[in-house]
Amino acid sequence: MSKKHVTTTVNGDPAEFLTDPATSLLNALRDELGLTGAKEGCGTGDCGACSVIVDGRLVCSCLMLAAEAEGKRIETIEGMAQSGVLHPLQQKFLEHAALQCGFCTPGILVAAKALLDANPDPTETETRYWLAGNLCRCTGYDKIIHAVMDAAADMRQVRRAS
Amino acid sequence: MTDTLDRPATTPELKVVGTRPIRPDGVDKVTGRAQYGADLAMAGQLHGSILRSPHAHARIVSIDTKKARALPGVKAVVTGADFPDLGDVMHDGGEGVNNLGYVSNNVMAKSKVLYDGHALAAVAALSPAIAEAALDLIEVKYEVLPHVINVDAAMAPGAPQIHEDMTYEGQPSNIAKRYQFGRGDLDVAFASADVIVEGEYTTEPVHQGYIEPHACVCSVGADGRADIWASSQGAFMVRSMSALVAGMPVSNVRVTPAEIGGGFGGKTVVYLEPVALLLSKMAGAPVKMVMSREEVFRATGPTSGSSMKVRLGAKFDGTLVAADVDMKFQAGAFPGSPVSAACMTVLSCYDLPTMRVVGWDVVTNSPKVAAYRAPGAPIGAFAVESAMDDLALKLGLDPIALREKNAARDGTVAAYGATLQNIGYVETLEAVRDHPNLQAKLGPNQGRGVAVGFWFNFGGESSASIHLGDDGSATVATASPDIGGSRASMAMMAAETLGVSVDKIRPIVADTASIGHSMVTGGSRTTFATGMAVIQATEKAIEELKRRAAMTWDVPAETVEWKAGAAHCLDVKGEAKSLTLDQLAAAAGKTGGSIGAEVTLTAQGAGPGFAVHVCDVEVDPETGAVTVLRYTAGQDVGRAIHPAYVEGQIQGGAVQGIGWALNEEYVFDSKGKMENAGFLDYRVPVASDLPMIDTVMVEVPNPKHPFGVKGVGEVPIVPPLAALANAVRAATGVRINALPLSPPRIRAAVDAAKA
Repeated sequence: MSKKHVTTTVNGDPAEFLTDPATSLLNALRDELGLTGAKEGCGTGDCGACSVIVDGRLVCSCLMLAAEAEGKRIETIEGMAQSGVLHPLQQKFLEHAALQCGFCTPGILVAAKALLDANPDPTETETRYWLAGNLCRCTGYDKIIHAVMDAAADMRQVRRAS
Repeated sequence: MTDTLDRPATTPELKVVGTRPIRPDGVDKVTGRAQYGADLAMAGQLHGSILRSPHAHARIVSIDTKKARALPGVKAVVTGADFPDLGDVMHDGGEGVNNLGYVSNNVMAKSKVLYDGHALAAVAALSPAIAEAALDLIEVKYEVLPHVINVDAAMAPGAPQIHEDMTYEGQPSNIAKRYQFGRGDLDVAFASADVIVEGEYTTEPVHQGYIEPHACVCSVGADGRADIWASSQGAFMVRSMSALVAGMPVSNVRVTPAEIGGGFGGKTVVYLEPVALLLSKMAGAPVKMVMSREEVFRATGPTSGSSMKVRLGAKFDGTLVAADVDMKFQAGAFPGSPVSAACMTVLSCYDLPTMRVVGWDVVTNSPKVAAYRAPGAPIGAFAVESAMDDLALKLGLDPIALREKNAARDGTVAAYGATLQNIGYVETLEAVRDHPNLQAKLGPNQGRGVAVGFWFNFGGESSASIHLGDDGSATVATASPDIGGSRASMAMMAAETLGVSVDKIRPIVADTASIGHSMVTGGSRTTFATGMAVIQATEKAIEELKRRAAMTWDVPAETVEWKAGAAHCLDVKGEAKSLTLDQLAAAAGKTGGSIGAEVTLTAQGAGPGFAVHVCDVEVDPETGAVTVLRYTAGQDVGRAIHPAYVEGQIQGGAVQGIGWALNEEYVFDSKGKMENAGFLDYRVPVASDLPMIDTVMVEVPNPKHPFGVKGVGEVPIVPPLAALANAVRAATGVRINALPLSPPRIRAAVDAAKA
């Protein structure tokens, strides 16, 4: 099977790789580009541990073919902190102890960022439903929800001030 | 968040313990930098895949691997015949003693496959795709045998015999063992009872459901020396079990712990590592193996399904006079269900004069169960706490008051013989009773359920070292994988002991060549036992620091005092002198070399955990769906080192229990094949299923730990099953004695009650 050449943008930088037509975007990110922050928890789009943002849309990278990334803009957990400064969501996850084992955390942070990009002022219910595609088995979600709501409040304040 | 317990007023001397610093491994885990089991790639690595049985029970007539071996890109193939026969060798590792023959047989089947998903061959190849293609080329002839999964059916006469050599009372049987605990004359005691409640209960197997599938990379050199990189609950467990099952000297194997993506007991055993070791040895290249989610469900440890009977006798005033409990647990394909722990915990919340608890460990054609958070205790508590709810109803008593009346207190002798001491159970009952959530008014179709739980907690073998850098910072090493923030608690206890700020401590989880032997992270033991080793190692380092200061000042060492991160003494002239940790560390090279200490201990005196949960639900009368409205989880935590991570344990345990109660179960088809081996059909709780989980931390310190620590991780999963069942009963008026409380089951029960 011949490989396909894919040219894409990952976290703002140009990236290219060769991929089998059947390879998922998740495996291309992890195996070809060395970006192992996105995790495989199920491979069937049920757990959200592989969440990335493609052209502004939240997707399970295990369900997207790597070849489909041609010409797309991909955002992964590795691009969330800018120049070594944590994103407010990352900071709030630390302050609220919103992670235990940390395996689902990259996917949840990416999904939460997609939420706040789309809705800067989500209610608790909206936050819970948006994150319903991201399984966490450790925390019971309580501190995750608090952290996302708190980050959203801080980001709104910063936006108002600027 | 419950912040009220941070820095309790009773302990002003504590500066670090009880605060909520950011965990030392936090930034790695929010940026994707942390490396889990599947994140490492070794140069030249091959990919291993496992062929699994499609039958629940079958004799392996033959396995022909010729075609697979001939496929280009295939570098090694193994079957059960390649593993040494370990007979009945017993080995103390993981969580308790293991029969290595069973462990080996579970890793790779030999003469029979005993459950759908049982491994029977493996391939290492240049790519995962080639490895999968090679599995399809392995030709296996099976003689399919009748199977049995239900525990009552497995105990019935004439049931399919799973292990030919297993007998009970001289007869062929699937009963691996019977346990009995108790005291007193049951007949006399029940005869003295004013009321008796009885019930029969069943639960289904449920999976730990960690989000990270099992994964490892193994590399064996031509000299037989091996390196394993793996995600587990204990690198020393992986080292000994993998080496023994693969037939290699333990000393030849070094295990480096990857970050672990959840375990809950399910990663206290090996599945892939011995296979990858053998494949790597044969192929002469590193082998990486990663399970799919389907493999995790079909072939790794769920916990037992069960069938139980409970009879309770009480006086009209609620005083319990007798309890009789019988519990049958599925062990899966090999003996070793957690039924003995269930027996020992099931009545331990109560001060009972007369009781009998009988447990049955029964093999079945389902995956061998593995430890799951307070193994066995939630199952037993589902039965007894449901019966206690019926008793409260029958007597017209408040469920918390009924439990308080019969509560275990200091001096109570538990069913298994231990005398309970320094327990905070009554305090926890009172704190939960007073929580504002219990004042909330309930509407139509809503109900409130109460249940309590007990878990021993464990101590055990732990090692820790501390080494000071020349800038006065300190590296603290342990062998306890950090599943839920233990690096934070280790750093905090070291910082508190040393009298410095927590950011001066860098805690690491070391590999098996770099630290002394330690048991797995399990039994809620890490903060207690490994923490004790950290404190003692730090104290040894402080002794050395004092000695160095005394040498510098030329005074006797016993005149030097360590306080607030510095050595102090009054010299001969009565002048106060001090040397800070930083100064002593900087000078260490000239005063005798770098300063450090290592301690290995076997910790005794783990304080037991008690939990009191109250749950409010609403049941949709149309669909039978349950909505959790409010959840209050109280617990005696001893002392919370990092309160946020203690809350996290309580919240996480409660929610796992909610999933167990409402949705989760293994569903097998008529041929014994698991029908729901994926997260779509095996439904764990998601964020939109839940309310906030309100925690009530009660601190009754454990005198056997320098800071009062009791284990906290396991007991919060003990009460929820019954708390939910009792709340559903209150909402619907119908007692349902079988889990899960899924919508069809609730509808059927409510309809049956109406008819």
